[in-house]
This record gives sequence, structure tokens and C-alpha cells, in this order.
Amino acid sequence: MNISFGILGLTLLVALLFCLRGVRTATTLEQWSVGGRGFGTAFVFLLLAGEIYTTFTFLGGSGWAYGKGAPAFYIISYGTVAYIMSYWLLPAIWKRGHAWKVLSQPEFFTRAYDSPLLGKIVAIVGIIALIPYLVLQLRGLGIIVSEVSEGAVSTTIAIWIGAVSTVVYVVLAGIKGSALNAALKDILVLIAVVGLGIALPYHHFGGIGPMFDKIIAAKPGFLTLPETGQSSSWFVSTVLLTALGYYMWPHTFGSLFSAKNSNAFRRNAALLPIYQLILLFVFFVGFAALLVVPGLTGADVDLSLLRIVRATYGPWVLGFVGAAGMLTALVPGSMIMMSAATMLARLFKPAPVPYTHDANSNAIPKISNNSDLTLARWLVPVVAAVAVFFTFQGGATLVSLLLMGYSMVTQLFPSMIAVLTGSRMSAAGAIAGIVVGEATVSALTVSKATLAVMLPSWPHGVTDLNVGVVALGLNLLAMFVVNAVVGGGTMQAQFVPTRSASS
Amino acid sequence: MSSYSGDATPIFRRHHWIALVPAIALVFSPYFANRIEPRIAGMPFMLGWIVFWVIMTAVLMGIILRIDRQQNANDSDE
Repeated sequence: MNISFGILGLTLLVALLFCLRGVRTATTLEQWSVGGRGFGTAFVFLLLAGEIYTTFTFLGGSGWAYGKGAPAFYIISYGTVAYIMSYWLLPAIWKRGHAWKVLSQPEFFTRAYDSPLLGKIVAIVGIIALIPYLVLQLRGLGIIVSEVSEGAVSTTIAIWIGAVSTVVYVVLAGIKGSALNAALKDILVLIAVVGLGIALPYHHFGGIGPMFDKIIAAKPGFLTLPETGQSSSWFVSTVLLTALGYYMWPHTFGSLFSAKNSNAFRRNAALLPIYQLILLFVFFVGFAALLVVPGLTGADVDLSLLRIVRATYGPWVLGFVGAAGMLTALVPGSMIMMSAATMLARLFKPAPVPYTHDANSNAIPKISNNSDLTLARWLVPVVAAVAVFFTFQGGATLVSLLLMGYSMVTQLFPSMIAVLTGSRMSAAGAIAGIVVGEATVSALTVSKATLAVMLPSWPHGVTDLNVGVVALGLNLLAMFVVNAVVGGGTMQAQFVPTRSASS
Repeated sequence: MSSYSGDATPIFRRHHWIALVPAIALVFSPYFANRIEPRIAGMPFMLGWIVFWVIMTAVLMGIILRIDRQQNANDSDE
């Protein structure tokens, strides 16, 4: 047993102790999954940042810089674009979710379109999209533990330990456990990444500038986008598509409802971009690793961060970095499990009528009861087991599964915007759009089609576009065609009573 | 009182158009900045460009928030 592995174990223990603080209050499904809707700016910030900076950011961000160079820059851009949108998007979502007393994305769609069928479709889409995301966290965890313990603990055992710990703390504490651990995680990640991002270039090359000089000399063209492939039009379309999908992930969407009021989101729209700059330091680590520990290819580029730390520093630093990385897997992993379990529970056992009206026509919530929570808790290990199964199954298909997940949640965006703008989109239109969009995503993913293959004679500006553009286009087309055929819906009328009460 | 009283509706106001500037700068960054020189703080130009606009996003969104708060305080009759 080495020092670095000891640090890892200690951190896991602290994380589990932290979650015990949430146990007492987690008595209803509402307390468990959205903290009784009482979180202020700081907690909402931690939760949003906590779910957003995952093991993909930590290992994948440095891996992309290491393996791909300039195309990795898209990761900073799309997050920031999503934060700009969030200033208008999140308060609008929150306000409706709050008025309707919904806990999850499917419930939101059910209420908005007055269509339980649409809610079920959204739930199924969400669960399918979340599984590969959870698999990614577990696999990242396996990589970290086996690298840090220098092979003493196998990836298999690491994945099991990680999955079981996450299940325990999600079942006991719910979202409060995640928020506290998000705080611990963010402090560790901030120190680890900023520290490494500055220290490694200075240690090996005498500065950031000299490091880039070396890369420019060794790999010309690596730090600009290529003419074809991941070119400028790929960059623009990918930034746009992923920014639209950013808040459509069910676990992110669900955690919005933990906010006390919508002001938290607007303040975060100004704070989160700065936080996003953590990625810059992640890139510096990846670029340094390219010169110090060259030769990693394929999926192994994700090891670059841990490899350069191991090659440069002693076991204390490796343990600390590993602990930070472990939390980047556990915290988002717990949010994903909770979200998937809440959605599954609601799928089997729909919520009762969400509110009645008092004399002033204000919405009065019908609070969910304990049996809902019990069901959701029982479903957490089920979700975890499915994810562990796929973690041991898949190999090279993991990245394509993740991209598929992202493309899938992005398909929910048009019908979400239709709700927020108060358009009279019908449930049939929304269902048609989502179904056509998801079918296109699945077909494109399975066939591994790209526009360059489908349209060989077209210019690169078109064929390099992210294929998600096709799915989103067909989605919109189906939505408007079906809506025109069946006529407008009634969803706006639903929101009017609560809205008029406020003015 | 409604369930979300005291919370100003984020209707789109004229000064909100400021937010389009960093959004366009970031989405279309390759068309403005897909090159290495001039270097910014040692970074290739494209990375420096993106970092600059991320910082500007925080500044501009902070300004938008501040103006909204002042206007809400003025408009508020609750």
C-alpha cells in the first residue's frame, strides 16, 4: 500500500462522512432530490459547477489537448456560450418548474404540454443518455485508481468500490451529500489543476511561452484548426450544438429546481465563465504532457495528466491529484444516479396532480410522500448496476456512446424553447420532433455516418459540420409539420393562471 | 403573493444585446482567430482570443446583471 493510494482512501472516507450531514433532512422525495428547493447562489453554483466539471474535463480535457491540439479549445467556448444563454434560459425554466412543483425534466415536459406520453418519452431519452455518461465517470474512476495505486488495485475492483460508495451516499443523503462533496471536490480540483497547469510548464520548459514554442517547433499546425475534418465549420457547429444541449442533461436540469429563487442563476451566469478558465490550466497540463510523456495514442491520451504527474512528482502529489480526480467522478456520478433514479421512479409511479389553487388562484404544491422516496432510493442501485455492467462491456464504443448521449439531450431543446417562448406548440408536434431527432441521432451513431461520406462532392465548409445539425434540422421540420397538421396546443393557458397572479 | 413574487421576470431588455458580442466572438472564434501569431501571454492567438472573451463574458454579464438590478429596483412597486 503506497502513500498516494492512502490519500485516495482517506478522501473517499471524508466524502462519505460529508454526505451523512444530508441524511437527517432527506425525508421526502423533494428534500432528497432538490433539497427542499432552498439552495442559494453558493450551493447552486457548487452544484452546477460540480456536475459540469466531471472526470471528462479533468482527464478528457487534458487528453484532448494532448491528442488533438487546437480542436480541444472548443470545450472552453461552448461552456461559456451556454453560460451566456443561461442568464435567460435558467430563470425561465426555474420559474415554470417552481410554479408547477416539478422535480424532474420529464415532469416539466408533462406539465408544459399536458401530455404524460411526452413526459415518458423524455424520461426514456434522459435515462438512455445518462447511462453512457455514468459509464464514463466510472471508467475514469477506474483509470485514476489503478494509475495511482500503480496497478495494486485493479480497474475492476476500483469501479466496484466507486459504484458502491456513490450508491451509499446517494441513497442516504441525496442532493445535500452531493452539494457538500461538490465543495470539497472544487477546492481540490482548483488547487490541483491550477497548480499543475502553472508548475508543470515552468518545471519542464521555464514557462508557458517556451512550452508553446517547443510545441510549435515540434508539431506545426497542432495549435490551429486544420483545413478539413475538425475545421472551422466543425468548431462552430459543435460549439453551438453542445451549448444548446448543455442544460438539457436531465441531472443538470433537475438540479436547477434546488434553487431558492431564480436570482442565483443570473449571478452564476457572470461567475461560471471565470470558473470555466480552470480548463485553460487543464490544457496546459495536456500540452506539457505531450512533450514530457509522448507516445500515448487512442483512448490512452486520457492517461496523460496522471502520467506526467507521476513522471514529475512524488507520491504525495499523485495522491492529491488522484483524490481530486476521484471526486470529479463521484460527484457528477451521484447526481446522474439520483436523476436517473428519480426519473425511473416517476415513470413507474407518476406524481399526483401537482397543485391545486387557493382563493387567490396561487398554486399550492401537493408534497410528495415517503413511498416515492423509498422507490427512488431502491432504484439507485439498479441504475448503478446497469452502468457497471456497461462499464465492463464496452471498449472503443464509449466515446461514440457519450457523443450519442449529448446529441440525444440536444434534441429536447426545440420543444423546451417552444415552452419558454409561450408558443402554441402542440404535444404532438413536440413528440414528433423529439422522436424524429432521436431516431436520426441513433441512425447516424450506429452507421457512424458523417456528412463528408454522405455528400462527398460538397465543400468542406458543409461536410465538416457536426452531424447533430442534421438531426436538429429534421427535429424542427417534424415539429412544425406535425404541429401545422394537428393544430396548436393549449400549453400556454396552463401557465397563465400563476403568471397573472404575480402581476 | 404568487409563488415567485419578488423575483423579477428576465424579459429581454435593450442592454441585453451586449451579450451577443462575446457569444459571437466565441462561437465564431476560428473565423476571427485561427492562427498562432501574435502570441498572447505565450499562448497561441486562438487560445488567447478565447480566454480573453471568456473573461469579457464574465465582465459583460456582470454589467447586464447590475443594470437589471437597478432597473428592477426602480420599477419595483411591491
